[in-house]
Amino acid sequence: MIAGARLAASRRVSGLVGVILTGFCSALAAGLLILILGYVVVQGWGAINPAFLTQLPHPVGVSGGGVANGIVGTLIIVALAMLMAVPVGVLTGLYLAIYGRGLTAECVRFLAEVLSGVPSIAIGLFAYTILVQPFRHFSGLSAAFAFAILMLPLMIRTSEEAIRGVPTAIREGALALGLPDYGGVIHVVLPAARPLIVTGLLLAIARVTGETAPLLFTAFGSEFWELNPGNPMATLAMQIFKYAISPYDDWHRQAWGGALLLILAVLVLNVGARWALRGRAKRS
Amino acid sequence: MIQRAIDGRETSAATAVKVRVSHLDVYYGSNHAIRDASLDIEENQVTALIGPSGCGKSTFIRAINRLHDLTPSARVSGKVELDDVDIYSRDVDPIVMRRRVGMVFQRPNPFPMSIYDNVAYGPRVNGERNASRIAVLVEDSLRHAALWDEVKDRLSESGVALSGGQQQRLCIARVLSLRPEVILMDEPASALDPIATAKIEELIAELREQYTVVIVTHSMAQAGRVSDRTAFFLNGSIVEAGPTNQIFTRPKERRTEDYITGRFG
Repeated sequence: MIAGARLAASRRVSGLVGVILTGFCSALAAGLLILILGYVVVQGWGAINPAFLTQLPHPVGVSGGGVANGIVGTLIIVALAMLMAVPVGVLTGLYLAIYGRGLTAECVRFLAEVLSGVPSIAIGLFAYTILVQPFRHFSGLSAAFAFAILMLPLMIRTSEEAIRGVPTAIREGALALGLPDYGGVIHVVLPAARPLIVTGLLLAIARVTGETAPLLFTAFGSEFWELNPGNPMATLAMQIFKYAISPYDDWHRQAWGGALLLILAVLVLNVGARWALRGRAKRS
Repeated sequence: MIQRAIDGRETSAATAVKVRVSHLDVYYGSNHAIRDASLDIEENQVTALIGPSGCGKSTFIRAINRLHDLTPSARVSGKVELDDVDIYSRDVDPIVMRRRVGMVFQRPNPFPMSIYDNVAYGPRVNGERNASRIAVLVEDSLRHAALWDEVKDRLSESGVALSGGQQQRLCIARVLSLRPEVILMDEPASALDPIATAKIEELIAELREQYTVVIVTHSMAQAGRVSDRTAFFLNGSIVEAGPTNQIFTRPKERRTEDYITGRFG
C-alpha cells in the first residue's frame, strides 16, 4: 500500500516536472518570437514614413531617403522567380502525384528533398556561375533564378500533396464523361487542388523574400531606380544588410525600418496562406 | 462455369441486347477479381448486380466503361460488346465510347465548379460551343434528374455546396447531359439517407424508358424495387442471372437462395 502510494506520488511529480518543462520551453520559444517582433517594431516604426517608402536612398552624409527601389526590386525578383518556379514545381508535383511510379519518381522526390537542404548561398553561387559570370555583370534575373531554385522543392512537395488529396473519383468522373485523361487533370483535378497549391506558393514566397545570401553575388544591389531585371537591382534584404553594417545612425534606423517591412510582408503571406486554406475547409 | 454462362444468356425474345459481356476476366496484379463472367444486358431495362462485398460487382461495372485503363495494375481479358462492337478492340476509342456509356459513382463526385458548369462540362468538352444549346441541355438534364426545381435559382453556386443527395442527382444530370445510351451506377445511393435514396430510385425507374441502366447495389430490397433483371455475383463469378422476380422467388442455384434469404453476406 505504502509502496503503491509512493509510486503514485513519484508519478505525479514526474508528470508535473514534464508539464513545467514543456510549458517553459514553449513559453521560451513563443517569447523569443514576440521579443524579436516587438524589438523590430519598436526600432523600425520610427523609420517608416512616406519618404522611406517612396524615395531612393540618399548618398552617404545626406540624411533621409528611402528604400523604394529595394521594395520594387524585391517585388520584381520574387515575381520572376514565381514565373519560373510555379510551372516547373506544379508540373513536377503533378507528375509525382499521378503519373510517376517506381524508381524514377522516387529519384525525383529524393532529389527535391536534397535540394531543399542545399544552403541558399550555394544556390546563389550556382546562379552566379551560370547567369552572372558569362554575361560579366550582376542582374535581377540571376537573383530570380536563384530564388526559383529555392522555391522549387517547396512547390513540388505542396503541389504533389495537393493533387494527391483530390479524390480519384473526381478524375474518374471526368474520364467517364468522355474526356481524355489529361483533360480531366487540367480542368478538374488542378482546380480542385488550387487552394492548397496557392498556400504552398505563398509559403514559398515568404521563404525566399527574406533571403539575402544568394543576392550578394546575383542582384548585387543598386542605388538607382532599376526596373530592368537584366541589370543589377536593389533589394530590401540587401539594403538592410548594407545599412546595418554601416557606421551611421540614420542608416541603422532605416535598416530596422526595412526589417520591419520584410517581417510584415512575410506575416501577410503567412496569414494569406492560412486564409486560402480556410476557404477550402469551409467549402468541403 | 458453362452452366453459369448459359444462365446469364437467358434472354426473352422481346428485348434487344445492348451490352454483351463474354468470358470477362479482370486481374489486379495477381488478384483474380473477375472470373470468366458472361452477362447480357438488355436495352431499356434496369439490370441490378447484387452480391456480398468484394465479390467483384464494382470491378465488373467498371470494365463496361473501360475505367480500369486508369489502374496500371489492372488487366482485362474477354469481350464487352456495345451494340455488337467489342469496346476493348483496337478500333474503339475509349473516349468516344465513354460518351455513350455514362457512369454514376458510389460517392457523389461533383466537380469543384458551379452547378451549371458541372452539367455543361460534358457537352463543352465534347465540342458543343453554342451557349443557348448548352443552356437547354443543362435545364433538360437537371429536370430529368429531378433537381431543376431545387437549384434553378442558384445555378452559379458551387456544386460541392449541395447536400449529398442533391450532389448525386447533379452527377446523374451531368451524365444525362451527354445523352448516353447506357448508364452505369455503382451503388449510387449507398452514401445517402433514405429520403434521398427514394428519390434516386424513382429517378432510376424513369431513366429506364430512355436508357439502359446497370446498377450495383448492396441492398436486396433496392434491387427488388428498381430492377427488371438481376445478376448475382459471388467471389468474382456470376452465379446466376435472370428476371428479378425469378431470381428473388425461384432461384435456380442454392447459393443464390442462401444469399437472398440472408443466410450469408
